[in-house]
Amino acid sequence: MTDVTRMTAAQVAGLISSGDASAVEVATAHLDRIAAVDERVHAFLHVDRDGALAAARAVDEKRAQGEELGPLAGVPVAVKDVIATRGIPTTAASKILEGWKPPYDATVVERLRAAGTVMLGKTNMDEFAMGSSTEYSAYGPTNNPWDLGRIPGGSGGGSAASLAAYEAPLAIGTDTGGSIRQPGAVTGTVGAKPTYGGTSRYGLIAFSSSLDTPGPCARNVEDAALLHSVIAGHDVRDSTSIPQPVPDVVAAARLGATGDLTGVKLGLVKEFAGEGAEPGVLAAFRESVEALVKLGAEVVEVSCPHFEYALPAYYLIAPSEASSNLARFDGVRYGLRVGDDGNRSLEEVMSLTRDAGFGPEVKRRIILGTYALSSGYYDAYYGQAQKVRTLITRDFTTAFESVDVLISPTTPFVAFPFGSRTSDPYQMYLADLYTIPTNLYGGPAISVPCGLSEGLPVGFQVMAPTMADDRMYRVAAALESAVGTLTPPTLEA
Amino acid sequence: MAAISREEVAHLARLSRLAVTEQELDQFAGQLDVILQSVARIGDVAADDIPPTSHSVPLTNIYRDDVVTPCLTQEEALSGAPDSAEGRFRVPRILDEED
Repeated sequence: MTDVTRMTAAQVAGLISSGDASAVEVATAHLDRIAAVDERVHAFLHVDRDGALAAARAVDEKRAQGEELGPLAGVPVAVKDVIATRGIPTTAASKILEGWKPPYDATVVERLRAAGTVMLGKTNMDEFAMGSSTEYSAYGPTNNPWDLGRIPGGSGGGSAASLAAYEAPLAIGTDTGGSIRQPGAVTGTVGAKPTYGGTSRYGLIAFSSSLDTPGPCARNVEDAALLHSVIAGHDVRDSTSIPQPVPDVVAAARLGATGDLTGVKLGLVKEFAGEGAEPGVLAAFRESVEALVKLGAEVVEVSCPHFEYALPAYYLIAPSEASSNLARFDGVRYGLRVGDDGNRSLEEVMSLTRDAGFGPEVKRRIILGTYALSSGYYDAYYGQAQKVRTLITRDFTTAFESVDVLISPTTPFVAFPFGSRTSDPYQMYLADLYTIPTNLYGGPAISVPCGLSEGLPVGFQVMAPTMADDRMYRVAAALESAVGTLTPPTLEA
Repeated sequence: MAAISREEVAHLARLSRLAVTEQELDQFAGQLDVILQSVARIGDVAADDIPPTSHSVPLTNIYRDDVVTPCLTQEEALSGAPDSAEGRFRVPRILDEED
């Protein structure tokens, strides 16, 4: 039998439903792969071998009894450690939550379980999803399978690297400013941020509540769409969940894969196709645009004049929301408590706990957010950022009056070496330059591999209107049909 | 001129309940200054008459049926607590002894 770890999720599901492989065999192959390579990649913070095998056995029993299996039954999936998994350690890669086992499942996890997918474990990330490289994980970084000396992107670098290392065919990420798409871009994998409110935030450890969006990661567009359709949809437990049907993203991906984009109008974001990006990234992007034109798409240049203010707006809005959300880590209800010697006050214990439990980037953002929200600065910073958010949204809605989707590179640079952007935090923030506008607007966006620059993967971003997630899958699948998927190095010892 | 002083950072850290060290203060003050100088250009955008957006997908009056559903048991709710007693979260003292 061919190595199941090299197959697509759709192929693996097919093998299991036809009986050519058991879910236990598939799970075992992936667990063995993790055991063989994860010491070098460090995509996982926790591997749940027993839980995965039990879930796989349940799928095999269902099949033996003739029960109908869902489209992803028995397919292994890795879950970002910011998402609550009942009884399985969930740390958000922070020391403040070390050893915490949630007493409940997030909605996306509940849906993954109901679909019969097999959760392999929890993936590494920047602490509380704040970062673009996994260098801010309290448990050490994840190494990019393309070059173990380089970053796998962030914050969801573990999820993306687990795919590129063939440790899992599917993974779940969360995207607040690009944390699904930028790791997808630099690891040569596919990452999609659904419409905000299209996937439930219930059970997601909150970073920036008006932006956080769980979404699918995969090695190809159709697999991402299959995973998207499993986790998406209205959830009464999330007050910002959209009570509307999920667009048929799987059908859209299959339509796109036929390679016909006749009648589809793409808007090339002028502001994101010039200065600021590495020449190799721009070259791969431009070649991909030409490939899309050959498939019948019409490409026009679109100006989005306020996109240049998206990064500053984001770095005021997201830290402000984070400073409030992270107030819950007070050493009382869960996680770490430091300095409780019977003499210190609650406030002292709280302050010592938070200083010991949070890493530097989290502290910087809490302080920055507290500053932006404080009286005297509120109007100039947080208030102004919210107004600029309106203008960025208007740029999107105006553009979508004349084009179907917007396109740009996903991130300005390929995977960079460890340590090259940590001394100046703002240099790290620039990794999210092209992904952030979408988060402020709320629409969906996907990153799909489009080629190599200096031997490293480049991502192509497709942004669509709110609740038109199907459009981005169609265009991304069409591009994939033209340029193919990327094959990462094998990591064999 | 610096956008933010070391003293301001120390004050904000206290408000944020972060017992930062002197070394952290030195580091953060410089870094936060760079970040603030970089984001300050948001003030260049003329937006006086623009309404703010707090949420990308406006939803109002989302109702659900008022039905009792299962919730965490007391034991589950306390399972992650660093300290508990008699079915409650135990916290360090809140008031000074002389209060």
